[in-house]
Amino acid sequence: MPTATYAAHEIAVDDEGFFTDPSQWTEQLAPEIARAAGLGELNERQWRVVRFMRAQYEQTGAGPSVRALAKASGIPIKELYELFPKGPAKLAARIAGIPKPRGCI
Amino acid sequence: MAHDSINGESASARIVVLGGGTGGTLAANRLRRSLGASARVTVVDQGDRHVYQPGLLFVPFGHRRAAELTRPRADQLRGGIEFVQSRVDRVDLPARMVHLATHPPIGYDVLVIATGAVLVPDETEGLAAALAAGKDVHTFYSLDGAQALARRLDAFDGGHVIVNIVDLPIKCPVAPLEFCFLADSYFRHRGIRDRVRLTYATPLDAAFTKPVAAKELAGLLQRKDIELVTDFSTGTVDGSRNTLTSFDGRELRFDLAVVVPLHNGADFVTDSAGLGDELGFVTVDPHTLQSTVDERVFAIGDAAALPASKAGSVAHFEGEVLVENIRRLLAGEPLTARFDGHTNCFVETGAGKALLIDFNYDTEPQPGRYPNSVGMPLLREARLNHLGKLLFQPLYWHVLLPGHDLPGLGSAMPVRGKRNSSPRAASSIGAGNTKG
Repeated sequence: MPTATYAAHEIAVDDEGFFTDPSQWTEQLAPEIARAAGLGELNERQWRVVRFMRAQYEQTGAGPSVRALAKASGIPIKELYELFPKGPAKLAARIAGIPKPRGCI
Repeated sequence: MAHDSINGESASARIVVLGGGTGGTLAANRLRRSLGASARVTVVDQGDRHVYQPGLLFVPFGHRRAAELTRPRADQLRGGIEFVQSRVDRVDLPARMVHLATHPPIGYDVLVIATGAVLVPDETEGLAAALAAGKDVHTFYSLDGAQALARRLDAFDGGHVIVNIVDLPIKCPVAPLEFCFLADSYFRHRGIRDRVRLTYATPLDAAFTKPVAAKELAGLLQRKDIELVTDFSTGTVDGSRNTLTSFDGRELRFDLAVVVPLHNGADFVTDSAGLGDELGFVTVDPHTLQSTVDERVFAIGDAAALPASKAGSVAHFEGEVLVENIRRLLAGEPLTARFDGHTNCFVETGAGKALLIDFNYDTEPQPGRYPNSVGMPLLREARLNHLGKLLFQPLYWHVLLPGHDLPGLGSAMPVRGKRNSSPRAASSIGAGNTKG
């Protein structure tokens, strides 16, 4: 199983960089994961999405899809793509330290 | 009038089933058979036309006519089941009352929500207008749409055909792939395949959600010369410039786009606070199918928010569990019947062949045979699977909807006849799976 190091913490991740143990995540790690993903400093809107993803995961056991994320957070999909280019649900899930959103089957 | 007790001392419990499609019809028929006179079963649906939805895939290619696919809803219900034709306005959970648009409200002891998924093309910029224009943007996810597409394909003599899923969840997630395979066959048959470029554009990062099946299906796309565009989350459909644009700014130009619109649950679910998720699908326990907010409410089929496919086979396998748990609820017993996420899809691959996949919440589609070691081949193209799919249509009307079990097939996913692709993991699946 691969690992990644954020803020001097060794984290177990899957092949795509998603945390395999979400309990290893703390808010301090988020800026480092974002930097490693090429995002730069997280702004307030991005933080809102990351915290929202985390809360959804803790409540339901899974991260939301982009559609559900847009409907529940009130941030339109277009803006979500501006905040997290190349796939908001996946990138925000990685930064929030939760597994890859399963999508639907 | 709703009863005060759930414990079955009342002579007749009132069960209201919302939706007379696959899930609602088979649930009502099974409830009637299981509970007999101890329950009064009412089915509510806004229309009286039951469409055999697996048949929609074949309409665009002229292999099925619309008239062959529809029957009156009420005729599919056993004697003694009441049918009410009306749109549902909302459900009042505390009062145990369903409010209807064109019928007095109905009280219930147990409510079964089976209102499926609805297409919402207006949630994608430009799509509703492009579909209405009926020019180069079509869908086969409705009967009218499939018929219009049949006419458009008939007149099509070459160019770029893009098959696109706007986003998930959708009904029968393999159907758009099947459409690609059948289109390849269709254009070959017409002798114009060399003039047609075929592209499959999906919001997923692979051809399908399940990795083992995704690999097999991606190989098939490649062999049939169908281009795969992944991570394409459709933002805009432009029916006059003939382009699809993704949210991350990629543009695809088409001569004919076959688009699967977004799906939501029924409006009344969203309008009945607490009942559903953001998209209007009913939140239920994935094993008991009971609502997470009200013990008297259950959901079956596409209407339920489950980590399973929205597919008729799922509704069928859920039926037995749902009815047993409702019987138990009425008798005051714990709900011990459990749905395992069993899903079973015949995937048409063109030229009279199909492959079959079978999986559940915990197990990926595996190669082998179904339902046992002498059954139909899994994850492999075969004539037998295509025949299985054809045979399914009469079984749908005469076995599945009436609520009978298919011979030899229970609700739980069978493991006999399967072999795991990873030899290390084989021992964890159980006995009988070692056949190579």
